[in-house]
Amino acid sequence: MHVVFVYKTTTMPGTYIPSDYLSVAVIIIFAALIGLGAIAAGLLVRPRRPYARKLMPYESGNPPVGEPRYRFSVKFYIVAMLFVVFDVEAVFLYPWAVAYDKLGIFGFVEMMLFIFILLIGYIYVWKKGAFNWE
Amino acid sequence: MTLPQLFFTYFAISMTILSVLVVTRRNPVHSVLWMLVLFIHIAALYLFLNAEFLAAVQIIVYAGARLVLFVFVIMLLNLKKEKTEKKYQDQWPVGAGISLLMIIFFVLIMGKITELPALGKYSIEAIQSEGSLMTIGKVLYTEYILPFEIASVILLVAIIGAVVLAKKRIE
Amino acid sequence: MSLSEILWVLIKTVLVVSVFLLHVMYVQYFERKVIGHMQGRMGPMRVGWHGLLQPIADSIKLFFKEDIIPSSADKPIFYIAPIIGVVAGVSTLAVIPLWSGFSIADLNVGILYILALSALASFSVILGGWASNSKYSFLGGLRSSAQVISYEIAMGLSLVGVMMMSGSANLSDIVNAQKGGWFIVPQFIAFVVFMIAVFAETNRVPFDLPEAETELVSGFATEYSGMRWALFFMAEYAGMFVMSGLAVVCFFGGWSGPAFLPGVVWFLLKVYSFIFLFFWVRATLPRYRYDQLMGLGWKLFIPLALANIILTGLIKLL
Repeated sequence: MHVVFVYKTTTMPGTYIPSDYLSVAVIIIFAALIGLGAIAAGLLVRPRRPYARKLMPYESGNPPVGEPRYRFSVKFYIVAMLFVVFDVEAVFLYPWAVAYDKLGIFGFVEMMLFIFILLIGYIYVWKKGAFNWE
Repeated sequence: MTLPQLFFTYFAISMTILSVLVVTRRNPVHSVLWMLVLFIHIAALYLFLNAEFLAAVQIIVYAGARLVLFVFVIMLLNLKKEKTEKKYQDQWPVGAGISLLMIIFFVLIMGKITELPALGKYSIEAIQSEGSLMTIGKVLYTEYILPFEIASVILLVAIIGAVVLAKKRIE
Repeated sequence: MSLSEILWVLIKTVLVVSVFLLHVMYVQYFERKVIGHMQGRMGPMRVGWHGLLQPIADSIKLFFKEDIIPSSADKPIFYIAPIIGVVAGVSTLAVIPLWSGFSIADLNVGILYILALSALASFSVILGGWASNSKYSFLGGLRSSAQVISYEIAMGLSLVGVMMMSGSANLSDIVNAQKGGWFIVPQFIAFVVFMIAVFAETNRVPFDLPEAETELVSGFATEYSGMRWALFFMAEYAGMFVMSGLAVVCFFGGWSGPAFLPGVVWFLLKVYSFIFLFFWVRATLPRYRYDQLMGLGWKLFIPLALANIILTGLIKLL
């Protein structure tokens, strides 16, 4: 069998194969196989002697007390939401950084404006005490 | 069926199944896990559109940031209570009806589309010659400068909104 | 793409990953030796000459260990969490250029690929900790997510400066852009921010809060045993190698060096110096508290990384 993908000079939408990513797919599948294989291979040789006390969650030798998953400070949620926002900001910076040489002073000024507007939000959050933990 | 069509069929079917799995799981953490798989599929589909940057953003922002936020929110829930309560609200038959109508609508118009829009100057070859980041950078920060700056204002609103809402909840 | 090319991709990937996994075993040996000597001990000595066969003995031992799954655990997620870690950890290796023109996948968005997969890797720790349904594990998972939301942005922003200098996110291009001088000099601030963020990203001392064996038993991995436990640590060491590789590529000229040694040797020498740094720090520094860690990330490193971007922009304009 000989598989050949012939490209025309302009590839039409819907006919494109990202062949660069074949190796990415291969490494992901291979890594998953290693992970699964490592666990599966031991199935034959490892002991399996479960009993109720062994399967209890570890709590320094005592029987577990109360719920393990409890609620925690709402501060975490503010920070998590800010994380999403600043992650989006960072995403805007990547193509800008790569194209920076082509954009020149105009690109610099517009990104300064972008960062400045977000900086207002950042300072507001700081002043409101979202980064302080008591 | 050509190879790209085969891939598209796989992604279309599996993404539909994954979406259904996300909304039907009783355990919200299982929903998150299926959503993670769904996002990876979406990213892979972007690759087939030669949108490498969008694929990376899909994982970084959606899987890496938004899902972490979801996990946080789920940790706030009382899972035991969540599991015994009703899974859907009473309006679900209406929602199902609307979805069915939408499906019929799309099936009807799908056959009517015969002509594809003309190709622009950003062909796959043009983008690959200089890389998708460079192309996006050159277009986004010159032609689409206004939407880009407006995005910063929207993000500012999101920052302030998050703090205001959370502060109210503490009090 | 012809069949022979596809075959070449397969062979290349399988070979590199296999060598890499063998190496991961020996990095652990290296760590025990280094930390042993720093504390005036010998480290492993019994199995083989100077304990050289210790990693092999350890792997065989782990292979025969019982796979204990707590009865209150969320089974599907408990099963899958370590595998997410290994897949995300090992597949980041794909874009690292080992020598001139050789990487498993030479992607245009190389840096973003690594950032994306390391974001996925954190899910393995968070979900593993959650699924165990034990207090220590839950706290470990929670701390890991706190670490993610404090450090990932600083890490991404610190690499923006490198992308500005090289005009590309492709790792080979970045190395080639450093012909006139390594980026460590113009991007020193970025390097410091990046390295500290990497310590948090890979859960290493002083930011090993999710594991924190002195306070949380073993953190997220408390309930894991045998091979599943080993997979978590395989992922951690893979992450350490890839992040060291990224630091070498972005700031220390990748495979470049005087010609008397081949490129791959230079690359590995530099990577091992970074891995040594990880061990050195582990033997030296105490652990951070999580509120200090989050404060440091948000109040210091994000502004510092942004300042570095502005500074780089200004210098490039002049």
